[in-house]
Amino acid sequence: MTMQTVGRPTRPEDVQPLDAGFTSLTGGRGLLQDEALIFERDGWGKTGVDLPPVEGSADDLGDLVRTRPIGLPGLSEPEAMRHYVRLSQKNHAIDLALYPLGSCTMKHNPRLNEKMARLAGFADLHPMAPLATIQGALTLMDRLSHWLKTLTGMPAVALSPKAGAHGELCGLLAIRAAHEAKGDPRRRVLVPTSAHGTNPATAAFVGYSVTEIAQTDDGRVDLADLAAKLGPDVAAIMVTNPNTCGLFERDIIEIARLTHEAGAYFYCDGANFNAIVGRVRPGDLGVDAMHINLHKTFSTPHGGGGPGAGPVVLSEALAPFAPAPWVVHGPDGLTLVEETVEEAAQAFGRMSAFHGQMGMFVRAYAYMRSHGADGLRQVAEDAVLNANYIKARLSGVMTPAFPEGPCMHEALFDDSWLEGTGVTTLDFAKAMIDEGFHPMTMYFPLVVHGAMLIEPTETESKQELDRFCDALIALAEAAKAGDVDRFKGAPYLAPMRRLDETLAARKPRLTWKPEPGVAPAPLAAE
Amino acid sequence: MRYLPLTPDDRAQMLGVIGAATIDDLFADVPAAARKSEPFALQHHAGELEVERELSALAGLNRAAGAGPFFCGAGAYRHHVPATVDHIIQRSEFLTSYTPYQPEIAQGTLQVLFEFQTQVAALTGLDVANASMYDGSTACAEAVMMARRVTRRKRAVLSGGLHPHYAATTQTIAHAEGMDIVRQAVALDAEAAVIDAIDSETACVVVQTPNVFGTATDVTAIAEAAHAAGALLIVVTTEAVSYGLLKSPGEMGADIAVAEGQSIGNALNFGGPYIGLFTCREKLVRQMPGRLCGETVDAEGRRGFVLTLSTREQHIRRDKATSNICTNSGLCALAFTVHLSLLGETGLRQLAAINHAKAQRLAGALGAVTGVEVLTRRYFNEIAIRLPGDAARMVEALLEDGIVAGVPFSRLDPAAGLDDVLLCAATETTLDEDIDAFAQALSRRIGQ
Amino acid sequence: MRFTKDHEWVSLDGDVATIGITAYAAEQLGDVVFVETPDVGKTVAAGDGLAVVESVKAASDVYAPLSGEVLEANGALAEAPETVNQAPEAGGWFAKVKIADASAYEALMDRAAYDAYLETL
Repeated sequence: MTMQTVGRPTRPEDVQPLDAGFTSLTGGRGLLQDEALIFERDGWGKTGVDLPPVEGSADDLGDLVRTRPIGLPGLSEPEAMRHYVRLSQKNHAIDLALYPLGSCTMKHNPRLNEKMARLAGFADLHPMAPLATIQGALTLMDRLSHWLKTLTGMPAVALSPKAGAHGELCGLLAIRAAHEAKGDPRRRVLVPTSAHGTNPATAAFVGYSVTEIAQTDDGRVDLADLAAKLGPDVAAIMVTNPNTCGLFERDIIEIARLTHEAGAYFYCDGANFNAIVGRVRPGDLGVDAMHINLHKTFSTPHGGGGPGAGPVVLSEALAPFAPAPWVVHGPDGLTLVEETVEEAAQAFGRMSAFHGQMGMFVRAYAYMRSHGADGLRQVAEDAVLNANYIKARLSGVMTPAFPEGPCMHEALFDDSWLEGTGVTTLDFAKAMIDEGFHPMTMYFPLVVHGAMLIEPTETESKQELDRFCDALIALAEAAKAGDVDRFKGAPYLAPMRRLDETLAARKPRLTWKPEPGVAPAPLAAE
Repeated sequence: MRYLPLTPDDRAQMLGVIGAATIDDLFADVPAAARKSEPFALQHHAGELEVERELSALAGLNRAAGAGPFFCGAGAYRHHVPATVDHIIQRSEFLTSYTPYQPEIAQGTLQVLFEFQTQVAALTGLDVANASMYDGSTACAEAVMMARRVTRRKRAVLSGGLHPHYAATTQTIAHAEGMDIVRQAVALDAEAAVIDAIDSETACVVVQTPNVFGTATDVTAIAEAAHAAGALLIVVTTEAVSYGLLKSPGEMGADIAVAEGQSIGNALNFGGPYIGLFTCREKLVRQMPGRLCGETVDAEGRRGFVLTLSTREQHIRRDKATSNICTNSGLCALAFTVHLSLLGETGLRQLAAINHAKAQRLAGALGAVTGVEVLTRRYFNEIAIRLPGDAARMVEALLEDGIVAGVPFSRLDPAAGLDDVLLCAATETTLDEDIDAFAQALSRRIGQ
Repeated sequence: MRFTKDHEWVSLDGDVATIGITAYAAEQLGDVVFVETPDVGKTVAAGDGLAVVESVKAASDVYAPLSGEVLEANGALAEAPETVNQAPEAGGWFAKVKIADASAYEALMDRAAYDAYLETL
């Protein structure tokens, strides 16, 4: 035989594992590089674009011309690619694992929608281009409006709000305009204690004072308290339905009746529309205005915090006050009403410079068309089924905040099951990171102690749900067994350990600044 | 249905675990009268090919800006965006992540925001920038309300050179909050007139440069007048590339600068999503709206980034928050930062100079047409011209010649009485032959 | 030193009241990161908002225990908000207020009463 013995070893050496204190020599963690800021790379004067020479001078601008350096570093194209791809690897994402943030609806983002939004006819279209050149865009807005109105059972929609909170603002401005038109300006808005922070913030923004409505022991609006607080000075109530406890407001029709009886309007926060889309129409519940987060229910990507889109559907009573612009059918095709005069004289104004988040409209419409009326109904059913499945599987080890009856699209737990373990909701959530999952929404809603709000969405498979539940059950058992370090120090395996938020808030450093005395060349010139 | 992983078997098994007989049992809390048993009267589900066909047909009914000579600006500008930018923003980890509330697994987004804030502060010559607003117009409205909180005064003076849609947005939002909004008469060089309107009740003056007619202004004297009266100066910019050539708002004494950042990294998108830039002086930071990213360290002492000063925000401060904003323009901020990192100072300055040179060529060509008057004297990349007739009708006529000539001012503000004024922008994407074709067609149409 | 049920403390020197939050409150709030102190010259009525104290996760209003005019605010807290945690009932004071009615001071809880009140929470 010929015996060839050179070459690399093919099995791991039998070594003792290093303790948890192992660190690399250069600061990174294997493939996760310790990536400097662009300002720390000595890229002053560098550029990653090739531009043609300038054919002119700025002499005509005289002393308007910038003379001082700006202080911007540049990166060549390969450096830029590597820098941002490296940074990307430090993020969790819905494409990596279940992302159970309650109230946020982190569902799969179909790439068809991205492709459609990038068609030149949509992406390379100017908002003030002549009407004859934008008929496709207006048609799409018209079709999107038809779907939103049909799914909600409401007669009108304002497309221009740019996110959920902007939609709330739009809805309350319409309500305010409607009251003023009746010569009855009112002062107060009622908001349940479990509401999203945007609700009271928006009401205050519009100049209303906020009164809280109590909640019943089973997590719903307290009708008696509502009735007691309604009065001639109440402009509106703002109720999320399904609510932030993940529960459907059983008395919703009575809530609407009482509200209308008091001469107030019913604003519904539509953040949780995903639970009922295709099955329940808010218009049948007595709602006067509701925003729809296209980035939640209709799957436009969250993008690390936006952009979103928050169209608002309106009842007959509020429709005349909708903001400009909107699409109308004219003799020569579709046109835009852009000014608040003539037929739009009652419009309360304008929410932003142009027509809304067209890029999101394209994505949301592609998503709706893909699902169809039948698929959207299935969306709600699977979203609710998945949440109830999680609630059922975890109820053995964790304590549901509202054990009686089904939940809707999200399952809410309190922290009473952690009592005596020394582990807090925050610790538990951080330990989930080590198991490969994003934490659930924590400490919200405020009405439940140590709240853990889990929203799986409909785009999770049973296998992924089981993997998630198995991980949480194992963690819960570890907490109860006294394995406290696993939680207190968590996360251990993330790109970073727990961060010092106190330091960040006490000594805010909000921009990069050169070290004193070692300013980079362009800045040192100042 | 391709987006739904559960099989009928899965559903049956899961109902079993839950202890429910049917899916309807899970909707038991919905009042019976509101339960829909049948799908709505809308189309049923469609395959990818079918959806692509419908949307492509709709896109085909539009004329893309790049399809021929194109001169629209007025707050949205067509620029070339490097291919790298779109690749990065489609990375799953950026595209499909949430607001970075769990910093240990969101350092990618957070470090980008920190870079973004630093870039925006540098561009505007101010100290701190937030992590973005919806767009320039809503940022303008927020700035006015911030001035109220800082000064505890209610009066805001908007220059007549402010984009009419920005003025309308500010009027709508800030007026609702109880401010008195004074909008000055629309005029080509309206900026200096704000000085006379400043009084001891004035919270802020809002001045745009380059203004809606393209006029670039040195606002230093306005800043001095505002400060002397205890008011703030808010400087608005709708074309962020202009920062590469013109003096920054901070250099001229602005207290708050807001801008539409679409020009850098973001497509026209028919008006959105865009990205509002918001910066101010350091001492005002606690009254700022929106998210802020800050530097800190982790448990091992390594540098990292977190969202900070969040007690200003709605999720904590509720009805006492500085703003109701929650979702912002995160992904657009990423696009902005990647593009600006590629440009660098060298590239941005050159890009800005090219834009200005293109506008000079455009002004020269249009000014040479008999009957046309170039109104804007000191401009960046956009000019206002006066035509011997109705500008909107001329735009329609030139469209027959294949030219999108610009934005008639009457479309932005029909009440201003400037029906013969046309706004025309040129950028690095504008070809010299497009400018020549525009001038020739205009000359022919005026001669008719 | 006197105390309120909202966990403010007051100490009186002549007609000048020094106001802060109690050690119990500072402990409950956790790490204080910012204090918004009142403007000098501002007139406050008992029960009005006097200051805002912020931890990382919450912002709390601090109410004026007594009516009067703000003479001085603790500027040192701007640079060192942690003083509120380290010495809440001394260096961590928020404001000095010139009060009109000293009898209102006597009506507040003394240390023993406040401690007894804390027992009930």
